[in-house]
Amino acid sequence: MQGRVPGAVLLQVRGVSLSFGGVHALRDVDFHIHEREICAIIGPNGAGKSSLLNVINGVYSPDKGTISYGGETRRSMRPHRAAQQGIARTFQNIALFKGMSVLDNVMAGRALKMQRGVLWQALYWGPAEREELEHRARVEKIIDFLQIEHVRRTPVGRLPYGLQKRVELARALAAEPKLLLLDEPMAGMNIEEKQDMCRFILDANDELGVAVGLIEHDMAVVMDIADRVVVLDYGRKIADGAPAEVRVNPEVIAAYLGVPTEADDRALREAS
Amino acid sequence: MPAADTFPRLLIEHAHQRGDRPAIREKDLGIWQTYSWKQSLDEVRSLACGLHTLGLGRGDTLAIVGDNRPRLYWAMDAAQALGAIPVPLYQDAVAEEMAFVLTNADVRFAIVEDQEQVDKLLEVKSRCPRLELIIYDDPRGLGHYDRAQLRAYEDVQAAGRDLERTRPEFFEGEVAQAQPGDVAIMLYTSGTTGTPKGVMLTHDNLIVTGRGGIQRERLTADEEVLAYLPMAWVGDNLFSYCQGHVAGFCVSCPESPDTVLTDMREIGPTYFFAPPRVLENLLTTVSIRMEDASRFKRWLYARCMELARRWGPSILDGKPVPVGARLGYALADGLILGPLRNVLGFSRIRVAYTAGEAIGPDLFQFYRSLGVNLKQLYGSTETSVFVCIQPNGQVKPESVGTPATDVEVRISDQGEVQVRSPGVFHGYFKADAATHESMTPDGFFRTGDAGFFDEDGHLRIIDRAKDVGRLQDGTLFAPKYLENKLKFFPFIKEAVAFGDRRPFAAAFVCIDLAAVGNWAERRNLPYTGYIDLAGQQPVHDLVRSCVEQANAALAADPRLRGSQIHRFLVLHKELDADDGELTRTRKVRRGFIAEKYAALVEALYSGQPAVRVETQVRFEDGRTGLVRAELPILEALTVDDEDERRAA
Repeated sequence: MQGRVPGAVLLQVRGVSLSFGGVHALRDVDFHIHEREICAIIGPNGAGKSSLLNVINGVYSPDKGTISYGGETRRSMRPHRAAQQGIARTFQNIALFKGMSVLDNVMAGRALKMQRGVLWQALYWGPAEREELEHRARVEKIIDFLQIEHVRRTPVGRLPYGLQKRVELARALAAEPKLLLLDEPMAGMNIEEKQDMCRFILDANDELGVAVGLIEHDMAVVMDIADRVVVLDYGRKIADGAPAEVRVNPEVIAAYLGVPTEADDRALREAS
Repeated sequence: MPAADTFPRLLIEHAHQRGDRPAIREKDLGIWQTYSWKQSLDEVRSLACGLHTLGLGRGDTLAIVGDNRPRLYWAMDAAQALGAIPVPLYQDAVAEEMAFVLTNADVRFAIVEDQEQVDKLLEVKSRCPRLELIIYDDPRGLGHYDRAQLRAYEDVQAAGRDLERTRPEFFEGEVAQAQPGDVAIMLYTSGTTGTPKGVMLTHDNLIVTGRGGIQRERLTADEEVLAYLPMAWVGDNLFSYCQGHVAGFCVSCPESPDTVLTDMREIGPTYFFAPPRVLENLLTTVSIRMEDASRFKRWLYARCMELARRWGPSILDGKPVPVGARLGYALADGLILGPLRNVLGFSRIRVAYTAGEAIGPDLFQFYRSLGVNLKQLYGSTETSVFVCIQPNGQVKPESVGTPATDVEVRISDQGEVQVRSPGVFHGYFKADAATHESMTPDGFFRTGDAGFFDEDGHLRIIDRAKDVGRLQDGTLFAPKYLENKLKFFPFIKEAVAFGDRRPFAAAFVCIDLAAVGNWAERRNLPYTGYIDLAGQQPVHDLVRSCVEQANAALAADPRLRGSQIHRFLVLHKELDADDGELTRTRKVRRGFIAEKYAALVEALYSGQPAVRVETQVRFEDGRTGLVRAELPILEALTVDDEDERRAA
């Protein structure tokens, strides 16, 4: 995946700072994602990774700095505006509707695309029916894409964790985003589930042309799929570059990665 | 039924006679997509022409790898239309295993389902020098691959349509050249003994055999069939592809291997095949869900199933049943059995087969008592599946029925089952010696199975012929038959029987930790783990009662009553593939075990009361350790002639 030519800049965050009382979550962070790029955000716990995602899709508004996206530069996003403009995300602790089926959860991802109001949809007649069918067809494509056909009608709460993560990705993709923000999509998964998830992220990036901002702790995964790695520490950005560069950056090693052992080196060589 | 004699001619005939009727279905994006016979023919024609432009010709082989998909079935038709030989491979085989078949079969072209299979083939391509081109169905994930070795299915068909325009008579001309005696397909046997061998079956082999089955079961063009078992397996080829082509019924492909249960319910097959493993999993699903049901429902289920077990099989066989029992069964059918069949997707089944391995009598009778006409079948790849089938109305759980249409079955002097039929194969590919060895001079195929005909003329298979031995007094000893009898008890996980050239039969038994553990808990019997539980007196008594029940069943059969189990011991450890005691497919490696535990085997025959044992075991993390135990040698009651005389 490395060495691809990046597209135009899709999202640009300039000089963003965010604090909660005395805690500085982000300090003067510059961050950007190109079109069709997979950018990993790494760093120790509390480094401000999730805060950065939350600023980007408007959950938090920053104290300082600007966000440029979709031809507009503004101080802060609003969540529904971000969603309308094609920013979708998943959460560290799964945020699905547990009692609803997989199908309904993924359909919910298309709510913003529905033209007809609640009443029309309740009537399910004429144009509303046609619209629903069209959305359903798109949702089925995503279900096929992520290979969750076998649980289509199963309530999400009954699914194992790894599958719930996949359903969350499905719901995010249902919004046909330009930018997909994934907050630890592989935490708590076994190796096989991680491999599947990597495959899905790469495929989504490759075939749907989605840019991906990804928080992940598993360095093997990051090295494998990211085009670029951004490292945060205590709310500051300490590195930004190709995975191989970041891996040998002394500041990053001190803050997060630790001194590489021989085994790490071997793994790294194999990964690249 | 059409009289066409090759698969491509059958396809053309159906396209003319019932062009708009469904031929094959596939669930795609959640919706069943149906292709008529006419559409199927169009797809096959353009694919065949496309394959011709790539250079696929008479006698070439075409590998087919993937789940059951219409496009892969069409690939079979297309290859056969050109006089080429399709070679379906097991889709879950690892790259290594595929490399063997691809090389052995001289494969030049492969049609595969998706990226997973493309990756496997590319991995071994350097070792398969003749493999030129991989044609894929699903382009997903293949965007960055080197195009030189890959071609999209659509592109091949597009090239084919160009050829059709310039030479419209080409396809029919090719089809006209095929002879019924030509090799139609090559299927690799699983290879439990040595390397896999390519079994060549002709159009005639399959079509005549398939037609015989259709006539026997009165199958029509209106059957519904779900094709969910591997395409590389002869059963799928015969039940889905061959009989679909002969009878003209519609075959449905499930959405994915994980959705088979849902798809079963939606399709409602009328003709169904399942190996015992699948039927067992279904029963487990039902049992687990019943455990979670409310007390009233559990009670109702238990009562209805009791009634069904008692009367269901007799009603299904059309035997006389008291009116009261019929009424009771009808009520149970309305309350539980019918809805259960519906949940399983079995509501419309007229004929269901099981085969592949021995099926436990309880499992078998469960489905029959539900009113599902499940029947056992005996056959092999080399005989185009059908050798014996249980006839309607005369289903005996322990036999595999009577010879199928046009099949001659005989038992050799050594007790081996030998078969002569129109379905007996053409030969093993590039293995004339093996072909020669497998046939008798008068044209019977040696199955390698030992069996006999019972008093009603039903065939009973007891073991692999080479494993069958004799006790010292000359009594027949069939170890696998004894082991299966024991394994059908839920408390017994594995059994290993000994007796060849010995005075009597004896066995090692491994308990099923889950089942016996549960049993122990209900009796407030504390235990720490497998070794502890297996060493307890009450567990020994439990196993003894199983062995004695098995002996009673053996005694009922004059040929086998001599091989009742006199002594046994409960092993201190589970047999494990990691320790080399089982094969990866969980078959007991009897020879290895006899060698490894020679001291235990001797103890069984020496008459000593107990034996000390020390065994190295390998744990899952790779460490090894020593297990020590003292195993008592246990005696089981046998039923002998004197007992019966005394009882009389």
